[in-house]
Amino acid sequence: MRYLPKSEIERREMLSALGVESRESLFAHLPAEVRLNRPLDIPAGKSEYEIIDQFRARGAECADGYASFLGAGVYRHYRPVLVDTVVSRSEFLTSYTPYQAEISQGTLTTIFEFQTMICQLTGMEVANASMYDGSTAVPEAAMMAMRLTGRDRVLVARTVHPEYREVLATYARHQGMPIAEVDYARETGALDLADLEQKIDGETAAVIIQSPNFFGVIEDVPRVAEIAHRHGALLIFVFAEAVSLGLLEPPRDADIVAGELQSFAISPSYGGPFAGIIATKEKFMRQMPGRIVGETKDTRGNRAFCLTLAAREQHIRREKATSNICTNQALVALMATVFMTVYGKQGLRELAEQNLAKAHYLAGKLRQRFSGPFFNEFVASAKSPEAINESLLERKIIGGLPLARFYPELGDGMLFCATEMSRREEMDLVAEAFGQ
Amino acid sequence: MIKKVRPHVNQNEALLFERSSPGKRGYQLPPLDVPAVDAASVLGRGNTRGEIANFPEVSEVEAIRHFTRLSAQNYAIDLGLYPLGSCTMKYNPRVNEQVARIEGLAWAHPYQPETLAQGIMQVMAALEQALAEITGMDAVTLQPAAGAHGEFTGILMVRALLESQGNPRKKLLIPDSAHGTNPATAAMAGYAVENIKSNALGMVDVDELARAVDQDVAALMLTNPNTLGVFEENITRIAEILHAKGAQLYMDGANMNALVGIARPGDFGADVMHLNLHKTFSTPHGGGGPGSGPVAVKKHLIPFLPKPRLARAEHGWSWNYDLPQSIGRVRAFYGNIGMHIRALAYILAHGGDGLRNATLDAVLNANYLRVLLEPYYKLPHQAPTLHECVFSDERQARHGVRTGEIAKRLIDYGFHPYTVSFPLIVPGAMMIEPTETESKAELDLFVDALISIAKEVEETPDLVLTAPHDTRTSRVDEVTAARKPILRWKPPVK
Repeated sequence: MRYLPKSEIERREMLSALGVESRESLFAHLPAEVRLNRPLDIPAGKSEYEIIDQFRARGAECADGYASFLGAGVYRHYRPVLVDTVVSRSEFLTSYTPYQAEISQGTLTTIFEFQTMICQLTGMEVANASMYDGSTAVPEAAMMAMRLTGRDRVLVARTVHPEYREVLATYARHQGMPIAEVDYARETGALDLADLEQKIDGETAAVIIQSPNFFGVIEDVPRVAEIAHRHGALLIFVFAEAVSLGLLEPPRDADIVAGELQSFAISPSYGGPFAGIIATKEKFMRQMPGRIVGETKDTRGNRAFCLTLAAREQHIRREKATSNICTNQALVALMATVFMTVYGKQGLRELAEQNLAKAHYLAGKLRQRFSGPFFNEFVASAKSPEAINESLLERKIIGGLPLARFYPELGDGMLFCATEMSRREEMDLVAEAFGQ
Repeated sequence: MIKKVRPHVNQNEALLFERSSPGKRGYQLPPLDVPAVDAASVLGRGNTRGEIANFPEVSEVEAIRHFTRLSAQNYAIDLGLYPLGSCTMKYNPRVNEQVARIEGLAWAHPYQPETLAQGIMQVMAALEQALAEITGMDAVTLQPAAGAHGEFTGILMVRALLESQGNPRKKLLIPDSAHGTNPATAAMAGYAVENIKSNALGMVDVDELARAVDQDVAALMLTNPNTLGVFEENITRIAEILHAKGAQLYMDGANMNALVGIARPGDFGADVMHLNLHKTFSTPHGGGGPGSGPVAVKKHLIPFLPKPRLARAEHGWSWNYDLPQSIGRVRAFYGNIGMHIRALAYILAHGGDGLRNATLDAVLNANYLRVLLEPYYKLPHQAPTLHECVFSDERQARHGVRTGEIAKRLIDYGFHPYTVSFPLIVPGAMMIEPTETESKAELDLFVDALISIAKEVEETPDLVLTAPHDTRTSRVDEVTAARKPILRWKPPVK
């Protein structure tokens, strides 16, 4: 077997050092009733060629070569070649969590840069090294707010990604964290501020909003922050489309930012692996979950980095830890780091502007459901979303996401996303399908 | 003598922000094929930002040098043995990386029509099936993103099962040798933790367990083989004790690399367990993720699995959301699919027989290290070793040298350290897991290094106490890092 580096001769030498006859005898102490007395029912090992062939066949069954206007938390953005070049380096790909700082400065330095760039983008003061994804960062942020405020109620906007809210509900059930939802204004598609005013009270630990929200609409963050803070609650700002931060005002008034970085050169990959983040104010950093890298010096006085504030974490605090998170998404966060480096200050803005232009071109040709300002996603109204999507599929185009499954009251709604990868011809075909 | 390495020239590298200069760029966008729009007018002036202060501005050449130079400051499996106990740092086959990047798979959107996602759903179904066969369990969810996330999922399912029977119960039993994620998970699932002491062999004390299990106990979270690399020989008895009182056996599958093809948790009484694809199934650790933590369950827990579930429909695979007893979602979409692809590629490459062979070699390697190192380091627990062995620094501590310092000295010999000071039940623990993908030559070098260090401890302890000596970064001041946290770069004050 090609992944096992020993010859039979070497195995025999090792067994004789142990004074045993066979490798099997090393399991002789296992009780007979726990032993598997038959071969695993898994076919014989395959060659590299056969494996590649098999997965290529699977890939060919998956919309290979289709254009797509799906967004809804997973975005099609171009992935610069440098991204895979860097993350394919053995030294990044095949290293462990950087506990041993002296031989992990590569990973530690890139995480420190990542944390810095996330702060620059979000307007926060500190950021962690990554969470599993945006959806799990949300409940972690909510639990953080509970610890910080000593309150337990959480208000979440209905315009936060529906699956993020489902994950929040799963986590909240056993945390003694009652959750209520705040509606959206039917006209604008933004959070209904009056509904928020009505539901918030002195027991509210946090208000959770997403912007651009699930409908693509940009929320009035300063207004929501003002309402939350007036009641002593924290504002948790969620983002799912990180490219928007290249152009939109960062959530400076938020207390905790929980985000998804998939847009930063992370393949859609049918939903994962992605990378989430939590960023916050410095005064809240000791309640942040996840790994954090800090700057220090080595004994020769050189700048060095190491994992820090470990007193928050499970391997030290066990059941008193801020979270059970251990393995996170380091390599995916590195993809985002390389992406941010390649695009840089000007590039991220230009990229965001292209997204804005493409989405507004498409939206201009369709009937928009909401009046609120949007970035690269919007809801269009259609008599039959299914019929439109079926006709587009015939032209190898995956249309918008019909919203009925998440918002029954929006049965005519379709969520469309256009990015820098959307072509004008394809958008014109979408418009044509609507016209039919 | 240090045989594996010698120092070589290694580049210094400033931070990106220090390398930046205004106007540099590493990208070029294609020309816009639609009319440009004025951001401030369509978004509202208050909604657009000014420039992102201090964001990087470097060229493509500087970017690749930056990351390449930094990469050279890392140790990695591809450079040699990475003997972290319970981390299973095995070779990460490169074909896995290639197949995960096949366009139709890598660019699949989670909401694309099921008819256009059959290939990827088939990959997931095949992996679920293989993992069920390997663990002897009845069903598998691939949704959890990592091991600790799998623990959380599994314990929520235990809770849902017990709630459906009328009483979720109050606490989880956790052996004192367990990973820190176990008690942290218990807290997140709303359970109190009661520690169970190990016996002299490092196994669960069955009598103490029998005393501890009552109507308040929801489950025992057990790692088997445990963190000493020791198989819990009374495992079927342990399961009986729990089941007799209506409690569940949760198995932490972190150490499954010792059992694949040899014994199956489903056959020895486990009700629910998680696997770490980034340990047993060779997906890369990537400097701390992404992982993937599938959870496997017996029949009685199937109704509580997270939703959605893969289901066989008339025309192929589909997602079933109609699961009234499900614990709900533990993450958006369906899991870390890229890791599922890699793990399936690994299973296909080995085949059933190869997987079993890998287990045999993993255990052979650990036993080989144990036998060759035992004359030099104390082995506090004498039970037979499976995939890892745990020494204590007791003899070296008499010379004032502790496990953490021996670990740092190993770096000078060209090796990544073992796991330091864990499990907590061994004072001064040195926890070593070689995995099956180490050659005899690499193991021999490692043994030579540790024997040499044992001598240094007796003859020149200062040499060990101040290690590492030959690395570009010497001992790092972690205390100051935690006391005065600097968590981001800031421009120097002019």
